[in-house]
Amino acid sequence: MTRYAMVIDTTTCIGCGDCVVACKTENKVPEGLNRDWVVEATKGTYPNLTTEFRSERCNHCSNPTCVTLCPTGASHLWKDTNIVLVDPDQCTGCKACIAACPYDARLVMHPGGYIDKCTFCHHRVEDGLDPACVSSCPTRCMHFGSLDDQGSIVSELLKTREHKVLNPGTGNDPNVFYLV
Amino acid sequence: MTEELFVTARANDLIDPGLQIWTWEVAMYLFLGGVTAGIMVFAAIVALLNKDREAPFASDRLAILAPIVLSIGMAMLFLDLEHKPYVFRFYTTFRVLSPMSWGAWILIIIYPVSILQILSTVRRGVPQAAGFIDRLAPARALVDWCEAHRREIAFIAAPAGVLLGVYTAILLSAFGARPFWNTGILAPLFLVSGLSTAAALVALLTRDHGERAWFTRIDIGLIVVELALVGLFIINLATGSAAQIKALECCVMGGPFTFAFWVLFVGIGLLIPLVLEILEMRGLGKTLALAAAVLVLVGGYTLRHVMIEVGQRSTWTSYETQYNAELLDRLEYP
Repeated sequence: MTRYAMVIDTTTCIGCGDCVVACKTENKVPEGLNRDWVVEATKGTYPNLTTEFRSERCNHCSNPTCVTLCPTGASHLWKDTNIVLVDPDQCTGCKACIAACPYDARLVMHPGGYIDKCTFCHHRVEDGLDPACVSSCPTRCMHFGSLDDQGSIVSELLKTREHKVLNPGTGNDPNVFYLV
Repeated sequence: MTEELFVTARANDLIDPGLQIWTWEVAMYLFLGGVTAGIMVFAAIVALLNKDREAPFASDRLAILAPIVLSIGMAMLFLDLEHKPYVFRFYTTFRVLSPMSWGAWILIIIYPVSILQILSTVRRGVPQAAGFIDRLAPARALVDWCEAHRREIAFIAAPAGVLLGVYTAILLSAFGARPFWNTGILAPLFLVSGLSTAAALVALLTRDHGERAWFTRIDIGLIVVELALVGLFIINLATGSAAQIKALECCVMGGPFTFAFWVLFVGIGLLIPLVLEILEMRGLGKTLALAAAVLVLVGGYTLRHVMIEVGQRSTWTSYETQYNAELLDRLEYP
């Protein structure tokens, strides 16, 4: 299985939201819905505060509970990779996958009614391109690649930089990493 | 202080500001599924223990309610689906690791078992149908067979009912992403609640005083067990992971569902009917038993409703999705 990962440098992200706009444009995400979003996290006690910006989306987990708990197989892995997709023709809209996602990264498509989510732009990945959000980032804080390739940019960054994932305690083994 | 705000829009319907994917329809299904489970189990127990004379309603007519109650519940589930035309997809596959897939197939098994259970006493339960059945040779043969094999059918109906009673809870507890549900205690809690509501239903519908007394006594035992399981549930979460402790504290130990959980479910749904049923056992009248039975049914629904509402809100993430002036208070000036 090819394990794709996204590595996002929180030290160079400025929270501009271009990744969000790029995703909406590339994937024609309807008004009012978002497959990705940016979080501003502030920690500390005034005046010693630190702020980080995080561009967030589906983590395309190595242990995807949304896929496991889907009753119809609509949530599935794309072509022997960790990229989680939803097949609208198999989705009943039961919303079990939404409850199963510890990152609240899924949404109900309007007006369709099936469940939708970030696809890591698999249609672009298939053509050897980066996801739209990564391509459009003006500060180049977002990186995409295969963790199986030791020479890939994502492998290199994770080897050399301190990093974290969101909610590691869930056991979902997420594949979106944040450089800190 | 930790403050996590969206700086780009995210207001996905049913997801933000907190998960509201499942509402009363699902709670109602969980409740009616539990009642159906209890109906099948009690109808089977009466058959297996040869208690037809002591429990005429449970013996002859109770099982008739099972497919009716379950069908109403399944209609509620259908209402909840967002992609309704694709409902058939539940039955084009079987996902062994998905409790919901198990549930979909369990429901398919429940119907024929339930029908056989009804047919095994239909001549006594619905005498009006007897003449009609006996006029049709295949129907007569089938009913004859069911009557002859009533015990064997009960042997299948009892575990089928238990399966129906626990699967919904296993489904919820399998959601590791929802800390409030993520405990195995939920399965016995839902099963006992289902049995209790079915016992209350018998007490409510039977015209036989002895049967009402018998099921009231059964219900007293079930309510005591349910109270113990509620206690274990609370202990389980209170001593669980940080996410579980937070889920418990934010919702049922001083949050928006504290009243519903403690007053409506534990108080009005369990403790008051328990007291009323004990009083009824001491000969204080039929009205109390009927009131107790109604309260047990209300409590059974409230348990599911609170579970659904609180569980989906319990989360590993803690974003503030809209401007909240109270956040300013979190700034701790030295």
